[in-house]
Amino acid sequence: MNIRRLSWQNLISNPLNTALSLLLMTFGVGVISLLLLLNNQIEQQLKSNLRGIDMVVGAKGSPLQLILSSIYHIDNPTGNISYEEANTINKNPLVDFTIPLSFGDSYNGYRIVGTTHQYPELYEVTLKEGNLWSKSLEVVVGSRVAKNNQLKLGDTFYGTHGLVDGGHVHDDYAYEVVGILDPSYSALDQLILTNTQSVWKVHTHQTIEDNHDHQNCDHDHDHDHHLDDTSDDLSIPEDAMITAMLVKFKNPIGFIQIPRKINETTNLQAALPALEISRLTALLGFGVQTINSIAFIIIVVSGLSIFISLYNSLKRRRYELALMRVHGATKWQLVKLILLEGMTLSLVGTILGLLSSRLILVLMSLFVEQKYAFDSFQFYVISEELWLLPIALLIGFGASLIPTILVYNVNIPKTLSNA
Amino acid sequence: MLKTTSLTYTYDGKTQLSFPDIHLQDKEDLLILGQSGVGKTTLIQILAGLLQPVSGKVEFNGEMYHDLPSKELDQFRGKHIGMVFQKPHFVRNISVLDNLLLSLYLSNNKQDKNRAIHLLEEIGLADKLNCKSNELSQGEQQRAAIALAVIKNPDLILADEPTSSLDDTNCEKITKLLKEQAASTNAQLIIITHDNRLKRQFKNSITL
Repeated sequence: MNIRRLSWQNLISNPLNTALSLLLMTFGVGVISLLLLLNNQIEQQLKSNLRGIDMVVGAKGSPLQLILSSIYHIDNPTGNISYEEANTINKNPLVDFTIPLSFGDSYNGYRIVGTTHQYPELYEVTLKEGNLWSKSLEVVVGSRVAKNNQLKLGDTFYGTHGLVDGGHVHDDYAYEVVGILDPSYSALDQLILTNTQSVWKVHTHQTIEDNHDHQNCDHDHDHDHHLDDTSDDLSIPEDAMITAMLVKFKNPIGFIQIPRKINETTNLQAALPALEISRLTALLGFGVQTINSIAFIIIVVSGLSIFISLYNSLKRRRYELALMRVHGATKWQLVKLILLEGMTLSLVGTILGLLSSRLILVLMSLFVEQKYAFDSFQFYVISEELWLLPIALLIGFGASLIPTILVYNVNIPKTLSNA
Repeated sequence: MLKTTSLTYTYDGKTQLSFPDIHLQDKEDLLILGQSGVGKTTLIQILAGLLQPVSGKVEFNGEMYHDLPSKELDQFRGKHIGMVFQKPHFVRNISVLDNLLLSLYLSNNKQDKNRAIHLLEEIGLADKLNCKSNELSQGEQQRAAIALAVIKNPDLILADEPTSSLDDTNCEKITKLLKEQAASTNAQLIIITHDNRLKRQFKNSITL
């Protein structure tokens, strides 16, 4: 038997008081920790998906929508742009490279994106099986697409017009799976990649049945190609359209010159992902701060609850403490007893809070993963969270302070006489 | 050997209490009788080192322990003095056995579990080792309180009205137990009470 065990016994002998204090502390710390984690994960995911893309060029519209649709693939595209016009950007000496993206079709809700080999290379994603596409209608599927649709090498499927299920099926051209990507925890896990020509080819065919129902389409496809079905796979039709173009600058001066030039002199829209994302996170951040303040108040209330439960139990235990002094306990041993009780509550509450926020995150990721490109939540303690521990301990200490002083000054003879 | 010389104590500067001198040789027990309000509890608290007398001296085995700094006085009390109170009190969240171990821990003694169990068996609480104090009857509580006072082998046992709420049979039993335990640990026993029933069980007695 010692002071530490006695403080523990005191805590578990008052399960209701202890549970209330713990619950409040767990709740407060849990909410703050959950918000910090979510904020951190979202920001990290948003940033990691950028992969050095400095600018996105697409049809005029909302710049945020352009970024969300062409980098994160979680919004509808703003429209189509002329491949030829977009390609002129390449001639600018400040531009390092450009990657064209054409999308508008999907398979079971997963987007089919026509692009170049440079796109998977930019994301440094490796092939689990097979190869990258070498000719039209060959596709490489992202890890999640392969897993959820049980796609294997050599499998074929038809694309659906539009980005959601239930559109017109392009059943004249079947795509063939030639490669499966390793998980990269980026948007690519949810994409089906092919070359740009495949997308053109599939849609050219529609000129034949030009007036079919497009009600399910989310955006305007260009259906006006004159491309001959039998023409060379890799040729580029004169009025070819793409959805967006990712641009990397050679030089930061590009940020100043190029977007303004494009926005002012062409029909295209240039959007800067870094700028749009920081605007988005600033918006999110405001809500996060509000909830944070509320959670902090909950932590303070839990401190109050610890104080009240310690104070009440002290009133009941005054005689006990005097008795311990008679048995030879020093004042400081009693101080230690009370402090241990308060600090144990706040420490255990904090740990439970940190654990429960991760538990909620796991549950949340089970739902979120299916829909968006965000998975691989990380569960280590992030630096912002490290503040929670000293703050919670400080509150536990503050809550124990008054009871501690009472204990230190307990008048033994008087307490014993009045028992 | 316990020796007090012209002890006085004052409450609020008004009530002046003065106590007769006590000279107690080794292995001698003492019964202090007194009616309510004559300062019995005050005297026992002075002897226990819980109260400082206004004037006078207390010497136990050559040590003037009231002159010690408070921390050392706490330790002196823990080591040498065992106390039994009118109403038995325990640390209520732990078992009777753990109360004994805690008393050993606080007085810097080895936490000898076998000895604690043996002591509880001796006073007839063998089957209550792991009970909490509120699960004991009053007589059992009083016996456990005596165990609590003697577990650390004190040199002086101070009992404040240990029998006042007990019937004649239990009164005799408890007094006998106290004397036995004091004798078995070579401790000196001082009982302060208004209970005249105890008078015939003690050779030495003084009246306040």
